[in-house]
Amino acid sequence: MNDVAISLTQAGEASTMVPIATGTIQIVLLVSAVMFAIGMVGFLTRRNMILMFLCTELMFQASAIAMIAFGRMHLNPEGQVFVIFILTVAAAEAALALGLVVLLYRRKPTLDAEAWSELKEC
Amino acid sequence: MLSAIAHTALATVAMAGGDGSHGLPAGEPFGFQVPIPPVVDEQSFALAAWMIWLPVISAILCGIYATLGVKSRLPAWTTVAALAGSFVIAVMTVSKLDFAKPVVVHLFDWIDLSWSSGSGTAGDQWHGLRANFALYLDGLSAYWILFVTFLGTMIAFYASEYMDEDKGTGYCRFFAGVSIFLFAMTALVLGENLIMLYLGWEGVGLASYLLIGYYYKKPAAVAAAKKAFIMNRIGDLGLALGIYLIWLEYGSLEFGVLFAALQSDGATGAGQYDGWAATLIPWCLMLGAFGKSAQFPLYVWLPDAMEGPTPVSALIHAATMVTAGIYLIARTMPFFLMNKASGGHALEAVAWIGGLTALLAATIAMAQYDIKRVMAYSTVSQLGYMFMGLGLATSFGACYHVLTHAFFKALLFLCCGAVMHGFGGQLDLRKLGGIRRVPGWGVVCWTMLIGSLWLSGIPGTAGYFSKDEILAQAFITEGTGFRILGWIGIITAGLTAYYTFRVWFRVFTGPTHYKPDESHGQGGHDEHHGDDHSFHPHAPGIRINLVLAVLSLGAIWLAVGYFVGDIWGTQVWIKNAIENSSAGTGLQLMPAGDHSTLLGFEPHTAMYFISGTFGLVGLTTAWWLHCANRKSADDLRTWLTARGWIAWLPRAMENKWYVDEIYIATIRFPLWIAGQALYMFDRVFVDGIGVNGTARLPKIAASLFQPLYNGKLQGYATSMAGGLALVIAWIVWVWMRGSV
Repeated sequence: MNDVAISLTQAGEASTMVPIATGTIQIVLLVSAVMFAIGMVGFLTRRNMILMFLCTELMFQASAIAMIAFGRMHLNPEGQVFVIFILTVAAAEAALALGLVVLLYRRKPTLDAEAWSELKEC
Repeated sequence: MLSAIAHTALATVAMAGGDGSHGLPAGEPFGFQVPIPPVVDEQSFALAAWMIWLPVISAILCGIYATLGVKSRLPAWTTVAALAGSFVIAVMTVSKLDFAKPVVVHLFDWIDLSWSSGSGTAGDQWHGLRANFALYLDGLSAYWILFVTFLGTMIAFYASEYMDEDKGTGYCRFFAGVSIFLFAMTALVLGENLIMLYLGWEGVGLASYLLIGYYYKKPAAVAAAKKAFIMNRIGDLGLALGIYLIWLEYGSLEFGVLFAALQSDGATGAGQYDGWAATLIPWCLMLGAFGKSAQFPLYVWLPDAMEGPTPVSALIHAATMVTAGIYLIARTMPFFLMNKASGGHALEAVAWIGGLTALLAATIAMAQYDIKRVMAYSTVSQLGYMFMGLGLATSFGACYHVLTHAFFKALLFLCCGAVMHGFGGQLDLRKLGGIRRVPGWGVVCWTMLIGSLWLSGIPGTAGYFSKDEILAQAFITEGTGFRILGWIGIITAGLTAYYTFRVWFRVFTGPTHYKPDESHGQGGHDEHHGDDHSFHPHAPGIRINLVLAVLSLGAIWLAVGYFVGDIWGTQVWIKNAIENSSAGTGLQLMPAGDHSTLLGFEPHTAMYFISGTFGLVGLTTAWWLHCANRKSADDLRTWLTARGWIAWLPRAMENKWYVDEIYIATIRFPLWIAGQALYMFDRVFVDGIGVNGTARLPKIAASLFQPLYNGKLQGYATSMAGGLALVIAWIVWVWMRGSV
């Protein structure tokens, strides 16, 4: 743990990093949880595919915030590394998902997710 | 080599058992004449194996011809050549054979197994089953193989013309079937052990099935083939059980070993082998013989088997295959004698069933209109005589009658076949008449007269002598009601003469009239159909006539042979052959009967007059009713059917005593009901509840969860989130509890 702190110091950060207080981290996590809940409720209630996609992004970013918070709490840079990965994957996934939405829209001129339910059992 | 050693050892045992040192105790009820143990001789009888292999080669060649699409008479000539070769080898083999010294010719090792109970103690029984592919040549097998191969050759030659319309694959199929039959029959007759006999037994059954169903597009022929096969299964089960019991009881299936064991058993007083199995053996063998030789209650397949081509009827269902039952009992006669000595009634049952079948079949034959069916019932009846002979312990009489019957019955069938062939498949004796005067039918007419005379047992014919051997014996042998049985046989002889000449007089004498059969339509006869004026019968060709002539000469020779001396005397030769084989073993020690009981004469002498008289009465009656005064036959029938108290008789005889109907009602119908019940059980319980019911369980379970898969994305997401929430709630709950 100390090695990580030193290496961060060597990276040029002048101030000495100290663990933040538990109260602070709770606020950040609360923000993350609220974002996640908004995203989930949005996903469950919306029918518009783009909005649903935005909601998943919201949940994604909520988890990213939680990771940064935990990384900061433990003075571990891996949390931030993960977030970089998440952002990259999210960008790729956004391109793919929006591409799919475009393709679906070309088949049926609607954005309603209900329109795509042919594979259901009954 | 091993088998040679084994046989030598066996020979020693048999010598020890049979050299008389035991000495039959005074008053011992029976014993066996010493059967000379078989000598293994592969050098001087090396050729004998070809008796079996030639028909095999011919069958294979016929199969090859069929694939090559041969359209000529090649299959016929191949078969005739192979069978003639078999016959020539049989003659050469038999001429070298001394009947007093049975010979075993070893072909190859076939089945050789042995095992022990594993206890390892001294005298631990080694069980074994050895059945080599070997030939057992003694008087009985020599006698049988001679007439089987001879008649096979003759009838194949006849068939080469008879089957002309079917040239092509049908022709190949027919002759392949005949070759397979001859192979199986030679294996049956020459087999050195009961397994080989069983192989031949099933083989002839298969060949019979294939050839009865030769016209496989005709439903009646297919049904007849199935009926023959299934009826024979019942008998074959008996034979299989009998063979199994013999092995269980005597530990071997080889004739040499068995006869030696039976002989020592007999010499020591028949105490060793009288368990339930030994008692049952002759009954099982009897069932097998009755199935194959068409005796009551298993005879109903034989008349239906006439659906096959006539040469098949002549060869398989008259002359050779159906005598396999006689051969079986003659071969295993020591078992029957053992049974008799220990107080059993197997031989008496054979005699009685034979005699009653003879009478039953003769009465049916009197009232049939299909000439081939008359001959079929006549075969059943004559086979009944042979069984009667066996049961009366005159295996010589039975085997003698086999030979004479084989000749004259094959002749009669071939004559019927010629008539059927020439007159557009017509077999109804009401629709044929005066054929004697149709040009080209002379040979058929007069050879059939010979066959009819011989079958009727008119004095001086071979059938007369062989039948009298059996009938006279009924007044000699001690036994339950054998005198009554003798009179039943004599009455049957009269009926036989009547129905035989009914056919001959109806078909060959009187005003000439004929018409083809519309319903038959076999193969090439179609061109004859149409109105009566356009129908022209075609007279038999040279080959059919030649075969008929040769068979008549054979029948005449059998009769003449009775009168001439020792060298050409067939009767002497046959007696020598049979009495020195297992069929004659021990017969000398049967309780001697009273020889002066029949009307104050010696039975054989008396029988000459009695059976001759009955035969002539039957012939005269047939002449009066069916030749001289034809209207009287119809008058008689009308008179009979008009009288209530007797009207049932002609009707029952015409309907074969309703035996088929009784079988259908008592066996087939209950079996059908049981089959339906089992079918319903299968449908409802096994399929319905067992299989489909089990299969329905997952479906019911699935229908509970099915609504969850409603295709709504949000629904899935909700259940996923709910599930996740539950998992989290559980984790939190566990964590909280742990921390408290």
